[in-house]
Amino acid sequence: MAIDTETVKRVAFLSRLKVDDDKIVETEQEFNKILGWVEQLNEVNTDNIEPLVSVNQTNLECRDDVVNDGEKAEAVLSNAPMQEFGYFVVPKVVE
Amino acid sequence: MTDLTKLTVAETLKGLKNKDFSSVELVKEYIAKMENNRALNAYVLETPDKALEQAKISDEKYKNGTNGALEGVPLGIKDLFCTKGIRTTACSHILDGFVPPYESTVTQKLLDAGASFLGKLNMDEFAMGGSNETSYYGPAVNPWSKDKKLVAGGSSGGSAAAVAANICAAATGTDTGGSIRQPSAFCGVTGIKPTYGRCSRYGIIAFASSLDQAGPIAKDVRDCAILLKAMAGHDAKDSTSAKVDVPDFEAFLGMDVKGMKIGIPAEYRPDGLNAEIAAVWDKGIEMLKARGAEIVDISLPHTKYALATYYIIAPAEASSNLARYDGLRYGLRVPGEHLDNMYINSRTEGFGKEVKRRIMIGTYVLSAGYYDAYYLKAQKVRRLIRDDFLRAFEKCDVILTPTAPTPAFPIGDKSMLENPINMYLNDVFTVSVSLAGLPAMSLPAGLSADGLPLGLQIIGKAFDEGSVFKAASALEEDVKFVRK
Repeated sequence: MAIDTETVKRVAFLSRLKVDDDKIVETEQEFNKILGWVEQLNEVNTDNIEPLVSVNQTNLECRDDVVNDGEKAEAVLSNAPMQEFGYFVVPKVVE
Repeated sequence: MTDLTKLTVAETLKGLKNKDFSSVELVKEYIAKMENNRALNAYVLETPDKALEQAKISDEKYKNGTNGALEGVPLGIKDLFCTKGIRTTACSHILDGFVPPYESTVTQKLLDAGASFLGKLNMDEFAMGGSNETSYYGPAVNPWSKDKKLVAGGSSGGSAAAVAANICAAATGTDTGGSIRQPSAFCGVTGIKPTYGRCSRYGIIAFASSLDQAGPIAKDVRDCAILLKAMAGHDAKDSTSAKVDVPDFEAFLGMDVKGMKIGIPAEYRPDGLNAEIAAVWDKGIEMLKARGAEIVDISLPHTKYALATYYIIAPAEASSNLARYDGLRYGLRVPGEHLDNMYINSRTEGFGKEVKRRIMIGTYVLSAGYYDAYYLKAQKVRRLIRDDFLRAFEKCDVILTPTAPTPAFPIGDKSMLENPINMYLNDVFTVSVSLAGLPAMSLPAGLSADGLPLGLQIIGKAFDEGSVFKAASALEEDVKFVRK
């Protein structure tokens, strides 16, 4: 499944990354090299094989649905590049 | 006076208990040595004041008899562990100036045991790399370098280099596809990736959540046992941390390996395997055999597919985990007119080349229309790889293999930098173990003709680190590796 310039642009946008126009072809070639290499998995017969999502054999536990943390607005905001009145500041989203 | 920095953790603890030296004296020696070794670029942040402060407390505790299991031991911490009040960046530009308001569980446990932290150690950006060259702060240098500067391995390159150069008594590392074991092999030190779930991942900056595990890198097998015991255990803050007892790993050291079954996988000896690596492996086999261990030929038939499987699953998980870096809540923010532009500008400037490559590959294999062909397929092959190990372990107790296909290579190696797949091939002997979630240790087993360390890997059954320690301590005794 070779990928083209359009796909590179689409994947870059989905990843919220910018690929400069003069790097698109290089990125496309690199992608195709890596994807071509991983396609060796098609040699493996995986009929009736369940995907292995996690090696943990135990079922994940649910914790009690209680508040066990909080009241830490200052700590939460302490690394924000921009903050005001106890909020994260974002560029305008709603016109 | 003896060089205190050459002591192992076990020897350091003994000296502190005997009052041969104080924690403050010890930390001062390490601080001086750390400053003299800045050319290694092992530390990306030194915290000498903090370490001295902790050492003073340790000396008090020795005085009043309330000393913990690691009281006064100066450690280096991989920059992937969040440390409260101490800058943590995963060696990425996008986490510039990030100061965690909380402590990772593993480092908290080490602090609770009385350890002091000398600083944060270099690594590949977000642990993505096999040579420490993707670090925003530049590569750590292998202390075994001669005329040319060699890589320390990766991703925990700073950890392995610092331990080898005696600029910390031991270090924390993390391993997703070989990131503890390969740098340990390159730098002639000992490191163990425990079973997935053995250590809490809480507060460790996430790369690939189904694979990431913390573990120690240390001067010898005993130190790994001491450190791992302090780091391991169930944690309510990480639902994937296992509710199993943590054994006293030290108790397995020096046990008789007579009758122990050592599996040797045929697939780890491909045509063209580096002759020196093969020779060290053969020597290891002979040593265990001479001690009465039984050598068993085993097969792990899906080994050749492990790298491709890993390089689908790990980027997929990474693309999801790294979606959190949005320029809003922490780290680098590059302005943009609209929200999307701000995201794009921040992420494009903040992430390095290899990280961007993996985010995009991961995004692609998870995207509509390709999910089944790549991601689901890789998860199915992952099961086959895991099942290979389950079958092999019906015939043996541990598996012995080389750790890496080559000794350390020069910094700036063209074939690695120009073709990412060549760099990925470094993980050929370590990724299967990660995909299967098993424990594995790398220990130095000899030197190449050029005088560079070569490592052997011992793989155990899930939660049977004990057998790994048992076999490793026997091998270590016979190898008699001379540390720096």
